[in-house]
Amino acid sequence: MMSDFLSPVALVPALPLVGALLAALVRDSRFGAYVAIAAAAGGFAAACLLPHEIGSSLFLLVDPVSAHLAMLTAFVGLTTAIYSRRYIARELETGRLDETRVQRYHIVLLCFLGFMLLALLSNNLGIAWVALEAATISAVLGVGLPRTAESIEASWKFFLICGVGIALALFGTVVLYLAAMPALGPGYGAMTWTELAQAAPQIRPTLLNLAFVFLLVGYGTKAGLVPLHSWMPDAHAEGPTPISAVLAGSVLNVALLLIMRLRGVMAANGQSIDPGPPLMALGLFSVLLGAFSLWGRRDAKRFFAFSSIEQSGLAAFAIGLGGLGGIFAALLHMTVHTLAKAAVYQAVGRAAQRKGGQTFKDITGLIASDRALGLTLAAAVIAVAGLPPFGLFASEVLVLSESVRHTPFLTPLLMLGLLVGGWKLLARLISLCLGPPTAAVGPAVNWVALLPTWVHLAIIAVLGFAMPSAVADWLIAAARSIPGGAL
Amino acid sequence: MGHIGYGAMSYDVAHLLGGTMLLLSFALLSQRRITSTIDTYAIQAVTLAIAACWQGWVQNEPSLYLTGAIAFGAKAVVIPLMLKRSVRRLKLHDAREEALSIFTAMALGVALVALSIMVVLPTTMQAGALTREDLALALSVVLLGLLMMITRRTAFTQVIGFMSLENGLILAAVGVAGMPLVVELSVAVLVLVGFVVFGVFLRRMRVHFHSLDTAHLDRVGSAQR
Repeated sequence: MMSDFLSPVALVPALPLVGALLAALVRDSRFGAYVAIAAAAGGFAAACLLPHEIGSSLFLLVDPVSAHLAMLTAFVGLTTAIYSRRYIARELETGRLDETRVQRYHIVLLCFLGFMLLALLSNNLGIAWVALEAATISAVLGVGLPRTAESIEASWKFFLICGVGIALALFGTVVLYLAAMPALGPGYGAMTWTELAQAAPQIRPTLLNLAFVFLLVGYGTKAGLVPLHSWMPDAHAEGPTPISAVLAGSVLNVALLLIMRLRGVMAANGQSIDPGPPLMALGLFSVLLGAFSLWGRRDAKRFFAFSSIEQSGLAAFAIGLGGLGGIFAALLHMTVHTLAKAAVYQAVGRAAQRKGGQTFKDITGLIASDRALGLTLAAAVIAVAGLPPFGLFASEVLVLSESVRHTPFLTPLLMLGLLVGGWKLLARLISLCLGPPTAAVGPAVNWVALLPTWVHLAIIAVLGFAMPSAVADWLIAAARSIPGGAL
Repeated sequence: MGHIGYGAMSYDVAHLLGGTMLLLSFALLSQRRITSTIDTYAIQAVTLAIAACWQGWVQNEPSLYLTGAIAFGAKAVVIPLMLKRSVRRLKLHDAREEALSIFTAMALGVALVALSIMVVLPTTMQAGALTREDLALALSVVLLGLLMMITRRTAFTQVIGFMSLENGLILAAVGVAGMPLVVELSVAVLVLVGFVVFGVFLRRMRVHFHSLDTAHLDRVGSAQR
């Protein structure tokens, strides 16, 4: 048990959490930003070693899929920490945050990152639940940091809705334990993913169904799936932008990974209900609702949050389709969407600081006034809209072609959602980046500040049109490592 | 442990305690005054503590006594006292709040209990009688807590609905034999941390809105945005 927490794997979540402790000791906000960068870089470096640490213990599980998602999350955490150094310095100048809140911001960011990594790498359902809960609380505190009336409203709503979701997930965890206990006996076994996967055929199917319903709704809340999605737009719009950037992709991935693992256990059980149709239904509703909600939004960060609901729904749909193709498409989509959405939020955050507001009225004609920033934002929005050469084009086409193979009657609806969403994103791209520019109030954004965003865009471009075969093999291995993924 | 079923002492007492918690959930639904809502919540938490200790004795699982002690200390004593203090400070002790009519609330509550019995009992055919009924009662408490959160408007009563929902979760967790302590501890952590968050929010909401009515929260989601 102790050796679990001293293994190199444990360093991945531990380094950001230790960084959070250090950040709590550092009073100076400039130095705090470097502590955050160092801790996030340590977490990312440790995560890069995960592919060589494949294996499982009582509490930790490193298989290709969790290693992949942990590397992704740690990478986005690192670029966000680098990004937020300048972003937060500017917030400090304008007085939206003060020194104490900046210190809290760094603590909250690192706690959020550390607990998400712990949830990804945990083999125990209880620990994953606690970690996700702790990550939620960190994010809630982060969203409430600006202490405007709106941000407090948003974090209150975030907390209540996610609190209910996570409570339902705990009930599902208890029921799942009850389902597996006759097969695995009392103790930790019946709460451990690896043991559940092995003993899947002996798990009681009726209780497994009940657990699935609660876990799907509970973790679906965190993934932003309809009907418990309404916290997302508010939380993304009102919190500090770097929090939105990590929130946009990473929490969805943690929740979707847990749902994916559960789906694998159910597929291996054989007698339970088919988890595919409910997942596909929730996913499809989320795609359609997210896409059509893009109409009539005035706040840029809210707008992109609805796009996250749409993309998360697409990933859930692909997981519901299942099979190697479906899981592969879902993993690719989660990867590129996380990178693309973080890039969008980074660029939008800079634009909002430059123009002094985050509504579409405040930000127009970016390319004319700030060429580099405008082009970066344009590229990021094109990526999220699912256009080539970026990776979302490839992943969306993969999901659609899997859908044509297995559920051809749903494909038109899915395409409708994607087209509507992409159309509206492009319309907004035109208003954001072209046309006469609005007056700038903030300092100009130089190209160094845009480097993290460019790295994201470069990775998704490479994944889009020239995925190296090693990466493809790695993703296939990750998809295969989900029990039942290779049906 | 011996046979557990109708007529066995261990079963009857567990059943009685679970039933009492459900009854108190109904009482919470119908309470209008904030102070009596807090009192009812505290009694429910005491019942939960006794239920956890009883399960500890029946299952011969000492860690459940700890769960009971945490439930008693935090939920039956500390949290109600803190809530009452802020009620006094905000001068809300005579406040009554609008909610659904008693009849509607009761009818919805009964429907939810029927739903949870219909869902749980058929799915748990092979499990022991104690586990089955415990789970059905716990799910009912969870659903009634949700109903309370949906139908009430002030942050105070929504918080109490949320905590009552968590009482149901712990009732479910202690009723399952041999469940590792992880869950109980984590729920305790959640409640404590959650309450800190709530406390902070209650203070901040008071500062910003001069009211705890969550109708103010509609500002973010309003149509102009």
